[in-house]
Amino acid sequence: MNKVINTLFNPKVRSRTISFLVVIAAYVILTLLSATGHLSRLFTSLLVPVTAYIVAAIGLNLNVGISGELNLGQAGFMSIGAFSAVVVSGVLQAAGVGDILRLIICMAAGALIAALMGWLISIPVLKLQGDYLAIVTLAFGQIIMSLLNNSYVGIDSKGLHFAFVNNTIQMEQGGRLLISGPMGATGVGIASTFTAGFVLVLIALAVVYNLMYSRSGRAIMASRDNRIAAESVGIKVSQAKTLAFVTASCLAGAAGALYALNYSSFAATKFDFNNSILLLVYVVLGGLGNMTGTVIATTLLVVLPEMLRFLQNYRMLIYAIVLIVIMLVSNNEFLRLRMQMLRTRLKKKGAEADE
Amino acid sequence: MKFSKFAKGGLAAVMAMGMMACSNGGASGTASTTPAEGDAAAIKLGFSGPLTGDASVYGLAVQHAAEIAVEEVNAMDGVKFSLNAQDDQADPEKAVSAYNALMDWGMQVAMLTVTSGAGQAVAPYYQKDNVFGLTPSASSTGVIYADAENNANPFGTVFQMCFTDPNQGTASADYLKEHTELGTKIAVIYRSDDNYSTGIYNTFMAEAKAKGLDVVSDAAFVNSDTDYSVQVKQAADAGADILFLPIYYQPASQILVEANKQGYKPTFFGCDGMDGILSLENFDTSLAEGLYMLTPFSADAADEKTKNFVAKYQEKYGEVPNQFAADAYDCVYALKQACDAAGVTADMSAADITSAMVSQFTSMTFDGITGTSMTWSKTGEVSKDPKAVVIQNGVYVSVAD
Repeated sequence: MNKVINTLFNPKVRSRTISFLVVIAAYVILTLLSATGHLSRLFTSLLVPVTAYIVAAIGLNLNVGISGELNLGQAGFMSIGAFSAVVVSGVLQAAGVGDILRLIICMAAGALIAALMGWLISIPVLKLQGDYLAIVTLAFGQIIMSLLNNSYVGIDSKGLHFAFVNNTIQMEQGGRLLISGPMGATGVGIASTFTAGFVLVLIALAVVYNLMYSRSGRAIMASRDNRIAAESVGIKVSQAKTLAFVTASCLAGAAGALYALNYSSFAATKFDFNNSILLLVYVVLGGLGNMTGTVIATTLLVVLPEMLRFLQNYRMLIYAIVLIVIMLVSNNEFLRLRMQMLRTRLKKKGAEADE
Repeated sequence: MKFSKFAKGGLAAVMAMGMMACSNGGASGTASTTPAEGDAAAIKLGFSGPLTGDASVYGLAVQHAAEIAVEEVNAMDGVKFSLNAQDDQADPEKAVSAYNALMDWGMQVAMLTVTSGAGQAVAPYYQKDNVFGLTPSASSTGVIYADAENNANPFGTVFQMCFTDPNQGTASADYLKEHTELGTKIAVIYRSDDNYSTGIYNTFMAEAKAKGLDVVSDAAFVNSDTDYSVQVKQAADAGADILFLPIYYQPASQILVEANKQGYKPTFFGCDGMDGILSLENFDTSLAEGLYMLTPFSADAADEKTKNFVAKYQEKYGEVPNQFAADAYDCVYALKQACDAAGVTADMSAADITSAMVSQFTSMTFDGITGTSMTWSKTGEVSKDPKAVVIQNGVYVSVAD
C-alpha cells in the first residue's frame, strides 16, 4: 500500500495515471448516463466538440507549457485538419466507405496534413522567439482562414475539382461542392462519435506524456528553461522545438477532423483568432504543462456557457465574469500554499508509514 | 488578506453558479421566454438566433417581434404558443447546442434559426428528427437544400419566410434594369468572405451579364477590413452612378461615410441586409438619405396590420422594427394559420404536427406584413413580391412601381 502511495507521488507516474483515470472515469460515467437516458440532448451534443477541443488544447499545452513557445495559431491547424477531413470524407463517401473507417482515415489525414503544415511553418517560425513567434503564428492562423474562406472544392464522378476566389468549378450532373468559399463545408456526412473522441483523447495524452518523459521531451524542456545552457550541452534547440510544434499541430489536425465530421456544416471563420485565444484560455486555466488540468478546464469552459442558457441574454456576460473569477481564484497564492501544505503532509504520512 | 477574502467570495459565487447551472441544465432544459398561462395547451415554439455578439441586432429583432406576435396570438381564439428563444451567436456549433436545448425543452414547431450559417448546421437535424421549422431570415439555399449547389435534396421540413440570397440578386438586377432613372453605370462592393453577400453577388453578376447591365466596377472586402477608401475610390473613378451594396448595414454605413468623405454621391442600392442602418448607433443617418433597398417590408406601409405591429414594437422597444422583426412576426402568424387550419393541438405527436404543417404550408396562401398572397413550394421556398423602399427624411418610404 505504502509503496503504491510512494509510486503515486512519483510525479511522472502520478500525473500520467491521474490524467488517464480522469478521462476513463468521465467516459464510463457519461456512457452509463447516456445509456440509461439520464443525459439531456444538449449535453449529449456537447460530448464530441468537448473531446475535440480537449485534444487541440492538449497539443497547445505541449507547445505553450512544455516547449514554452506562445502559439496563437492553434485554431488554424484545427481548421487545416477539419477541411482536409471534409475533402477526404467526400472522396471516401463517394467510394462507399463505412462510417467508422471513414472517420479513422479522415482523422489520420487531418493529423498528417496539419503536421506537414506545422513542419513547413516551423522552419521559418522557430527561428523566432517569444513575442515574435506569437505574432507569426497569429498571422498564420489568419492566412489559413482567409485561404480556406476563398477555396472551392467540388467532387463528381471524374474526381476532385479545385477553384480559388471565384467558384469556377464546372461539374457533371450530380456533382457536389464539398467546400464552397465563405459558405464553408456543407453536406458533411456525420461520422464522429463520443467513443472516437474518447479514444483520440487517450491517444493524445499517451503521445504527449511519452514525449514529455522521453529524452526528446527533456531536451524540449531544457530548451525552454535556458536556451543557452541547453545548447552548451549539445541539445539542438530548434530541433527540439520543432518536434513539439509539429506534434501540437498534428494533434490539432486530428481534433479538427473529429470536429468537422460532427457537424454537417461549418465555416472557416469558426477557426478564427478568437478560437485560438479560447484554446489558450483552456490551457492557461488548466495550468501550463498540466495535462489533466487542461482536460478539466476545457470541459468546464466548453460546457459552462451552455449550462448558463437559463440566464438568457445575460449568459455571455456572466460567463465572462465567471472566467475572470476562476482565473483569480486559480492564481491565488493563499490557496496554492494551502494545497502545497496538504500535499507535503500527505507525503510525510506516506514516508512515516514506510519506515 | 483583503484579496483572499475577495477570492473566497468569488469561489462561493462560482460554486453557487455551478449548482444553479446543474440544477437547471440537468433536469428540465431551459426556461421559456414567455411562459404562457395554461402551458399544457400551448404549442411549444422555439428558435435560436444571435441574442448576444456581433449579429445580435437580428436575433433580438426576431425575438422581440416573435414575443409581440405570440402575445397577440395567445389573446385570440385558436392555438396558443409558448415561445423559447435560445442564443446561438450565429455560430453553427452553438446553434446545434441551442437546437438540442430546445428539443430537451420539448419543442414542437420551430422558427429554425435567424442566420444562414447556423441554419445550415441545424437543418439536417430538423429533417432527421422530423420537426417543422419556418425560418424568418436564414436566406441561404443551404438552409432548405442538402445539396445547395444543385438545388437538390430538399430537407422537406424546413421552410423560409424570407427570399433566398440568389433570389435577391435576381430581383436587384431586374429592378435596376427597369429603373434606369436611378443610374446606368453600376459599381458593386461586396464582402467576399460572407455567405449572404457572395450569394447575392454571384447571381447579381450573372443576371447583370444576361440582362446587359453596365457593371463598371466591382470590389470586395473581408470581415476584418475597417477601411473602405480603396473600394469607394475605385467605384468613383469608374464613374459609377449606382453603388450596389449587397452587404449588411454595419460595413455599408462605413462605406456611406467614406463616400461622403470623398465627395462621391452615387445612388446607393442595397438588399434586405441594409435594413437596420437607421437604428445604428453613432451613425449620421442623413448620409443614408436617398438610399434604395429591396426589402419585402417597409415600416411606413399604410395597412392596418403593419401599423399595429410598428406601433406596438415602438412602444415596447423604442425603435422602428426592421425586416427581420417583420419576418418573425409573419412567421408566428403563418404558423398559427397553419395550426388552426390543420387543427393542430399541443398533445399531438411531433410527427403528426410536422406532417400537418408541411401539408398546410405547401397548400395555403398567407397574407402578412412582408407580402400578400404568399405561397410556399414543396422545397420550402417562399414566393412573394419584393418591394423597393427609399430613405427620405430618416424614414423608409415605399417606392411606387
